Formats: sequence, C-alpha cells, structure tokens
Amino acid sequence: MSRWTECLLGLALLASVNSAAQDKTPATWPDPVPTRGPVADKDRKPAPRRTIAGMWSALRLGNQSAGVHLKPNNGRPENELPYTPYGRQVYGTHKPLEGVNSVSPLETNDPRVKCEPLGFPRYNHYDLGIQVFQDEHKIAMLYNYDTRWRMIWTDGRSLPTLVDGGVEIDGQYREPRWFGYSVGRWIDDYTLEVVTVGTMPEHRVWLDNTGRPISDRARITERFRRLDVDTLEWSETIDDPKIYTRPWETMRLPMTLQDPRIDLMTRYCSPVEIENYNKAVGDAAR
Amino acid sequence: MKKTLIAVAGLAVALLTAVPLRGHHSGLTLFSQTTATLNGAVKTWVWSNPHVLLTVEVKGEDGQTAQWLVELQAPNTIYPAGFRANMFKPGDPVTVTVNPSANGRPFGRMVEIVLADGRRLGDGVRN
Repeated sequence: MSRWTECLLGLALLASVNSAAQDKTPATWPDPVPTRGPVADKDRKPAPRRTIAGMWSALRLGNQSAGVHLKPNNGRPENELPYTPYGRQVYGTHKPLEGVNSVSPLETNDPRVKCEPLGFPRYNHYDLGIQVFQDEHKIAMLYNYDTRWRMIWTDGRSLPTLVDGGVEIDGQYREPRWFGYSVGRWIDDYTLEVVTVGTMPEHRVWLDNTGRPISDRARITERFRRLDVDTLEWSETIDDPKIYTRPWETMRLPMTLQDPRIDLMTRYCSPVEIENYNKAVGDAAR
Repeated sequence: MKKTLIAVAGLAVALLTAVPLRGHHSGLTLFSQTTATLNGAVKTWVWSNPHVLLTVEVKGEDGQTAQWLVELQAPNTIYPAGFRANMFKPGDPVTVTVNPSANGRPFGRMVEIVLADGRRLGDGVRN
C-alpha cells in the first residue's frame, strides 16, 4: 500500500470517527407517547427507497373511535355503507359503544370489551400507531393497541387462495387467523402494496368500533406511500362480497415519523382492568 | 361555597359534543350534552385502561357530601394533556368540568380539570 493510499484511508477513518462522535447524543427517555405532527412543506426531505421502517403515528386521526377514517358512522348519507342483505343483518346484531347505534357499556357485545383480539383490519381502525421493522423477507408491524404484531411477507411468495373457512397454500388447507395472511410487493420505490386474506369470520371480529361487520371472505388491500422521509400515507380498501356489494375505501391516513427513541406507554387490554372499570362505573351507567 | 354545587353551563353544549371522542367508548348515549362544574376534593385517582377514573367528594351547602365519579380518557390519550399517574393524592382540592351522566347520577365525563396551582388540563382530545 502506498503512503498516499494509507494517508487517504487514515483521513477516511478519522472522518468516520468524528462523524460518529458528533451523532452520539446522550440517551434519554422521551415522553412515552407520539407527539410529532405533520411536517411543513419547507421541511420535507426526499423519501428513502423501499423502506417504511420506523415509528409512525397519525396522532388523534388514528383513533377512529367513531368509525373508520373515511366513513365515520354518524348517520350521514355519504357515510352509508353498501351492505348486502346479509351484511345488514349481521350489523343489526352488533351492539357497539360507538356510532349512531351505540349502547351503554353494560349492553354492548363488542368483542373488544372482553379483550378479544380485534382482528384484521380492525387493528388498523383503533388507536392506530405502529413501529415497523423490515428485512429482505418481511415487514413486521408492531401495533401499539394491545401490543400486537403482524407479518407482511415481501419475499415474492404468492397470496394464499381463499377457500371456505380459511385459505389454501400449495394445495393444503390453513385456518383463518386474526391478522390473516399478508403479502406485499413494491409497486415502485416508494409504494408498497399489501394484500391480506384468510382473516377471522364475522362472528369473531368487527370492522370498526361502531359495529360494522367484516367476514372471512374479505380481501384487504393496503397501500403505503412514502411521500417523504417523514410522511407515510396509509390507505386501505376492503373487498368483502359477503358483507358489502362493492369494494370501498376505509382510510387514507397521513402517518408522521416519530422519535425512534420513544419507549411507548403500553395500551394493553387487561380483563382485570376492564372488570374493575365496569364495577366502578356499574350502577352509575345504568 | 357556591349556592349550588353544580353549575350547568348549557351554552357550551353544542360546541363540546360536536367532536367524536377517542377511547373505550364515545359516551354518545351515556353522557348528557350539558356541562357541570364540580368543586371538591380528590378521593381516588385510578390510572388504568380503558379509562382513568377520578372520584371527587363535593360538599353541599347543607353539609352533605356527594361523591362524583369522573371518567377520563385512556392514559396514553391524557398524558400529552399533562396528566400523570401520580398527580393526585386523597384530599387534593380540584375543580372538574364534566358532561354529567344522562341518567342524573353523580357520574360524568371529564372536559377540563383545574388543579390547585391553577393549571388547566384538557381531556387530551378536544382541548
């Protein structure tokens, strides 16, 4: 190695050490909740290629208590859903805590109050906030509500085929699952499309907090568009011919990248805490 | 002490109820659309899901004490508004504005809390 090359290597090493030293800020415990809202246009920086890794939040928009983001269940004609006769019948059996047909906490039959898993896509529709990790095979999504996680496979595998009561993979039956079976592909360097099938049947899960139904025949398509380094647009369309006469879009949420050092406050659904709450409120709510 | 313990502020009704709430339930059927202000002392403060609960003892002109149960949103919703798990102890004076229960019982959904030091904390959703 020549002296000149050694000199260049030394300078490069020194530069990297200095850079690392400059980046090394003292570790802290930031507030345990997302606080960062949408970034101003002047602060937008180009999105990185083919990654949605990071902690994302839409702050209050992600809650969707009153129904899915684009169709709140408020009785307005524009938010009426295209129910099949069966879908309307199923909706009529639900006694939600939210929306135009809401009932009191003592009357509800929402599976959520028993701490049942919300199922998919309802996890997208309640207190939505996630952390995303990805490698060359998959994307792991960690949902804040009830501390649940989900896998999206991006290694080129095919989507399972929907069959009665589950899915078929390589000629073999597999059971429905709370998060279904998700396969993702990059449409371009900044847009990931994810399709999910094989979710739970309508007597186990709801679509949203207002009791709208969804069945195990649903095909859920999500698009994650990385608009810039700090902004991820998360949209979702459901196609469920058992419940709805046509596909419809449920949400299109602008998620903002959060401080990666946040150690989130947990939001477990605890049966004991639910029971204590019901005891405390009990008579007062009658 | 005010002549009445609960001052109903009807004018605030329509504005306050136009925004959907987050959390365990929206309270559309549970709470009235009026507001009431309670001046009292903290009895219990339970930092828990699905709703944080505050019990306030409110003394009336006749010397009788009424116990109000006040429901707040979930901890992760009210944290950004300034609430903390250890912020109240029994006996702390507090002023709470609530949407009272529609059934007339001493139960309400918190709209705003004024602490002894004058700080005003919203519900983490509307204010």
